[in-house]
Amino acid sequence: MGLSLSALAERKTLWPWLLLAPLTIYLALFFLVPLVEVVIMSVTEPRPGLANYEKVLTGSLYRKVFLNTFGTALLVTLCCLLVGYPLAYLMSTVSKRAAMGILLLITMSFWTSFLVRTYAWMVLLGNNGPVVWLMQTLGIAEPPPLLFTRLSSTLAMVHILAPYMIMNIYTVMQKIDPSLIRSAESMGAYGKSLFRHVYLPLTAPGIANGSVLVFVICLGFYVTPVLLGSPREQMAAGLIGNQIEQFLAFGLGSAMSIVLLVVTLVILGIYHRRFGLDKLYG
Amino acid sequence: MSAYLRLAGVNKTFGSFTALGHIDLEVEKGEFVTFLGPSGSGKTTTLMVIAGFEQATKGEITVADQSLAHLAPQERNIGIVFQNYALFPHKTAAENVYFPLQMRKVGKKQGIRKAEEMLELVGLAGFAHRLPKELSGGQQQRVALARALVFEPDLLLLDEPLGALDKNLREQMQIEIKRIQKRLGVTTIFVTHDQTEAMSMSDRIVVFSNGAIEQAAAPLDIYHRPATRFVADFIGESNLLEATVTDAASGKAQSPVLGEVTCGAEGLPPLTDDQAVTLLIRPEHLKLSREPKEGRQNAQMVIETIVNYGDNAVVIGHVGDQQIRVRVPGADVVILKEGDSCHFSWTADAVFVLDK
Repeated sequence: MGLSLSALAERKTLWPWLLLAPLTIYLALFFLVPLVEVVIMSVTEPRPGLANYEKVLTGSLYRKVFLNTFGTALLVTLCCLLVGYPLAYLMSTVSKRAAMGILLLITMSFWTSFLVRTYAWMVLLGNNGPVVWLMQTLGIAEPPPLLFTRLSSTLAMVHILAPYMIMNIYTVMQKIDPSLIRSAESMGAYGKSLFRHVYLPLTAPGIANGSVLVFVICLGFYVTPVLLGSPREQMAAGLIGNQIEQFLAFGLGSAMSIVLLVVTLVILGIYHRRFGLDKLYG
Repeated sequence: MSAYLRLAGVNKTFGSFTALGHIDLEVEKGEFVTFLGPSGSGKTTTLMVIAGFEQATKGEITVADQSLAHLAPQERNIGIVFQNYALFPHKTAAENVYFPLQMRKVGKKQGIRKAEEMLELVGLAGFAHRLPKELSGGQQQRVALARALVFEPDLLLLDEPLGALDKNLREQMQIEIKRIQKRLGVTTIFVTHDQTEAMSMSDRIVVFSNGAIEQAAAPLDIYHRPATRFVADFIGESNLLEATVTDAASGKAQSPVLGEVTCGAEGLPPLTDDQAVTLLIRPEHLKLSREPKEGRQNAQMVIETIVNYGDNAVVIGHVGDQQIRVRVPGADVVILKEGDSCHFSWTADAVFVLDK
């Protein structure tokens, strides 16, 4: 009797672990092991030591690329906010049905592969594309180059990432208690001060969520800046790709990846202390 | 003395639905008036029309003889406490109370000081720097009250503000709101569907039903001299019995359930012979006994259920199909049994007559 009881107790403590095992093994095998390998590579290739990190953190090219990456991520986040906030507000004020319509349009573009969307921008902005044609028709004899510039890559990234911003802000706006607005009005708040003192602070969590998501995703963006951006304004992910594919500099590429990862984690950490990371999932 | 707040023929329709029929109401300065009625009776709609969040389809509202018609909610100088308090979650208690002053361009230093004084008045000294989520329901309620009063509004509107509080806290807040209202002398309209709340707080109760005012009178008048059957039924517990007037001069009526009844409560409407009426007898005005009581009017019933409240009990019985409720002192209840037959009695001045 005593024996079977203790066996039962043992089984009870074992069960949760057994249930978690597939997931744990999956995570370890496909995320942790590769990550550790990258870390190891960054300090062993081509020879042991911290030379790779020294190069990444002091080399002017790398500094320029990292700064450019942050600048681009910041610009894209800002643009997403400028585009997304009014759109989310529109969605939260129109009828449920109209809001669903707008949401459908946004998610439709969201569900389209971003490779497809990137190529679509190449067609739109290309030398024989409709934008150039329009400019020529309007009398601009020599339109400025659109493709392979900061403009084209920023435009495409904003297009791809804006849904994250819109959905985060919309979720928060939708939850705002209308009686808060009414009560502010009854106390004498009009449009501008109502927005500044009440509406904007109430939507701040949505702005923070959306911005962090867009910023972090943008930091590691690869395909779009590589295909659409200017080679002189390379982003970190593109440079890492170059190092590994063209120069076979696995160690340097790994070190850059780790630096990018650490910076991303620091940003998420700051966000977590301020707002709580769990808020990202609504 | 002319009325301070006046609603004249206020009508509100939403498409083909009439939310408010034709509301006429006058409220004196400093008066505490309660709008009482079931949900959907028009009490909150009336409040929203006064506040300016809904526009009256017809009719006029004036405060101190000034029409509110073309004033936005922002311009009406009306303090409102919402059902869920509607405190700004990102502002501290003091900042919340300062907000209406801030909108009136009162400087931060002076405004915050005034807000803190107001918080002290509502019993929240020392809580000025807490965020709403760090305050209990009752405390949030007090902040909302302070915020609605700090700018010295012409009117204070309270939209079921105590609905979310538990019973003890609610009673405490009833006393507290009444105290503060009296002290500041602000004209107040309080919306509730809770009749004990209405009874205990109001100078006057306005009973709403189906978008119309059934009666507007002092609490005790509403209870003892209801104007309509709806009011008699809605306020307090009641026995309502059909009857026909047999002798208008001596106040006699014939009821299929009670037999001949003499009616004598004060404030009876004028009666005519053969008029169909409804008799109202409150449960606390009936007495139970084994034998018929001399000097009182008697009838017999079978006890169905006894509901005990400790200090008193309600004995529910029936005479034929008619249910009769009798409120008895708690101590009396031990000698009663369900299924027993017993007599109940009343005096003429307990019988109030309502037009059909």
